[in-house]
Amino acid sequence: MNQSLLEIKNVRKQFANHLALDDVSINIPEGKIFGLLGPNGAGKTTLIRIINQITAPDSGEVLLSGVKLNNSHVANIGYLPEERGLYKKMKVGEQALYLAQLKGLSKKDALKKLKYWFEKFEIQTWWNKKVEELSKGMQQKVQFIVTILHEPKLLIFDEPFSGFDPINTNLLKQEILQLKKDGATVIFSTHNMGSVEELCDNIALINKSQKILDGSLDDVRSKYKSNTYEIQFSGNFNMFQATLTSNYEILEHIPSDNLNIVKIRLLNKIPTNELISQMLPLGNISSFKEIIPGINEIFISIVEETNRLN
Amino acid sequence: MNKILLIIKREYLSRVRKKSFIIMTIVGPILMAALMIVPVVINQMEDNEEKIIAVLDSSHIFFNKIPDSEFLKFKYLEDNSLENARKQFKESNYYAVLFIPHIVSYASGSVQLYSSKQPTLSVKQHISNSLEKELERQKLRASGIDENILESVKSNVSLKTFKWTDEGKEEETSTELKMAVGFISGFLIYIFIFLYGAMVMRGVIEEKTSRIVEIIVSSVRPFQLMMGKVVGVAMVGLTQFLLWVILTFTIVNITQTMFFSVDASKLKIENTENYFANSSNIQNENTVKSENFDEIKDMFATIKNIDFGLIISMFIFYFIGGYLLYSSLFAAVGAAVDSEADTQQFMLPITIPLIVAFIVAQNVVNNHDGALSFWFSIIPFTSPIVMLVRIPFGVPAWEVGLSMFLLILTFIFTTWLAGKIYRTGILMYGKKVNYKELWKWIKYNN
Repeated sequence: MNQSLLEIKNVRKQFANHLALDDVSINIPEGKIFGLLGPNGAGKTTLIRIINQITAPDSGEVLLSGVKLNNSHVANIGYLPEERGLYKKMKVGEQALYLAQLKGLSKKDALKKLKYWFEKFEIQTWWNKKVEELSKGMQQKVQFIVTILHEPKLLIFDEPFSGFDPINTNLLKQEILQLKKDGATVIFSTHNMGSVEELCDNIALINKSQKILDGSLDDVRSKYKSNTYEIQFSGNFNMFQATLTSNYEILEHIPSDNLNIVKIRLLNKIPTNELISQMLPLGNISSFKEIIPGINEIFISIVEETNRLN
Repeated sequence: MNKILLIIKREYLSRVRKKSFIIMTIVGPILMAALMIVPVVINQMEDNEEKIIAVLDSSHIFFNKIPDSEFLKFKYLEDNSLENARKQFKESNYYAVLFIPHIVSYASGSVQLYSSKQPTLSVKQHISNSLEKELERQKLRASGIDENILESVKSNVSLKTFKWTDEGKEEETSTELKMAVGFISGFLIYIFIFLYGAMVMRGVIEEKTSRIVEIIVSSVRPFQLMMGKVVGVAMVGLTQFLLWVILTFTIVNITQTMFFSVDASKLKIENTENYFANSSNIQNENTVKSENFDEIKDMFATIKNIDFGLIISMFIFYFIGGYLLYSSLFAAVGAAVDSEADTQQFMLPITIPLIVAFIVAQNVVNNHDGALSFWFSIIPFTSPIVMLVRIPFGVPAWEVGLSMFLLILTFIFTTWLAGKIYRTGILMYGKKVNYKELWKWIKYNN
């Protein structure tokens, strides 16, 4: 459906003592927010550095809009690393200007765009301050502006919300969504699964140097749903239990006042309507919903599973 | 290319604008000028006051034999008692009392000078020289040597050195001056490589610890960042050097004009001549005055025979070559560590050749054509310092050519090597790095 902006093909990277990436292939569709997930040390940072041409893969290749990565692509990519910093003794404005020019903007353009963003974030008064005079959150804001200033078509954010208060986190989320609306593609690497569910269209999961899962967020979640439902009904639980055949497995039962909350798994591809029709005479169903696993649970269960296998 | 220029500009401006740079630039020349001027000023002030020294000459053989100088007068007392002299010393305005015992065997310490303050060196020298001279004369006369003959055998040889150039011309040379010029330029290169090499290293460590480096290397190649820093700092070094030279020269000139109230139109050389002439006047009037004066005059006469154009261009070449060779290594060290405290183990192999070169340079000053001089001015790790010391004495063109060629080859090699360590090191945190690890980095493809 969507054309890939970035194609990562069979990338392999070996360091002296360990294999950082083992034959990793990922397609990142254009105009989407792509979550790059994985436990610490899985190889995410190495992959991001390869996309930024900070290091080169041993084998495999990376294509941006169908063209093999080269030096001119620096201007098309904006990167906010997890471990970030600025020159502490340098003034904010001067520094932002310098970093923008390194990305290929002319001084004039950079000044114009910086003015716009500084006004938007209401931080014009910081221009002549030294970076060391700013708080960590303030520095992060400056850094975010510098990352997106040259309007790259690919943005890479590595843990962008660390160090931000909830208000600024929200501000940043809105900006990221706006960037997507304006046509940018975003690679978003984080351990905060809540923000993944909130922002990402697609995800890939890397563990132990290998890609073990990718796809759209919805696909991944439905792939990992286990045909489990949560039913709330008023009526006799024991009678309900007695009517069930071996096609059902009750996982959990929480009686509360007149209401029963039951988690039940449907085995052997029994249609849900069959269960509902069975329950209708027994009482009043107030809620019937499928339990779709959160990314957090999927993440944990997959990582644990692959670790067990190895 | 454009990006390297941006980096150079930032590295240059951020350092030149620093308070420490401005202070160093101002204080440096003041210190250097002070080094040149203070001894002269002190010499002038010290002897402005007339001093009278009472002489107790027990044997009366030195009566009126110690010559007065401009500020030093001798009064020969009738009363030879040291005890009386001591008692009256406070009321008298004598600067000192000189006691010469009766039998002048002159074992060390038998002639004594008493004063309330420590007498100056020039006073002591004046007295002991005069006494020695007089005693010598008397002894010679005692063995029957005529005073006229004595005068006629007095000779004064000052060696003038000439060099036959290839064109068959004669050029007057001064070994002392060449030694000075050679040694000073070698020393400057030594200092500059250390100073600015360490500056590059600190810059790399700063970028690494502030974690800005990852942002920058996503825009430029690590090698560009390294070279931008190396070149930017080199320009800081050259700026500081030029400012020092200009400011020192200015301060020395102004101060000289003020203190010695010499016509502004008079040349600096004349000032210096005056100074030397004055000081020798005071110290050893009748002995070395004219010799000193002549030598100084000769030295200045030979200045014009020193090819300063050659020396300056060689200085710039070897400074840049030596600096490039070492600073990229400094940059690699900075990239390999997490903080300045960890640099020690890697600094040793860099500092040892520099220190060796400096030690060798002190020998080369005395023997500029020996095997030691030759080899150390060819080996690239020491040549920037050692060759500079040899240059004023004249070095065969092929030796200079070979030395330059090897220096260029080596700095290309060390820069390449350092670049490999650098690009891996700057993104490596929290790892205890050793030489084995560095070797691995060098072997990485990218």
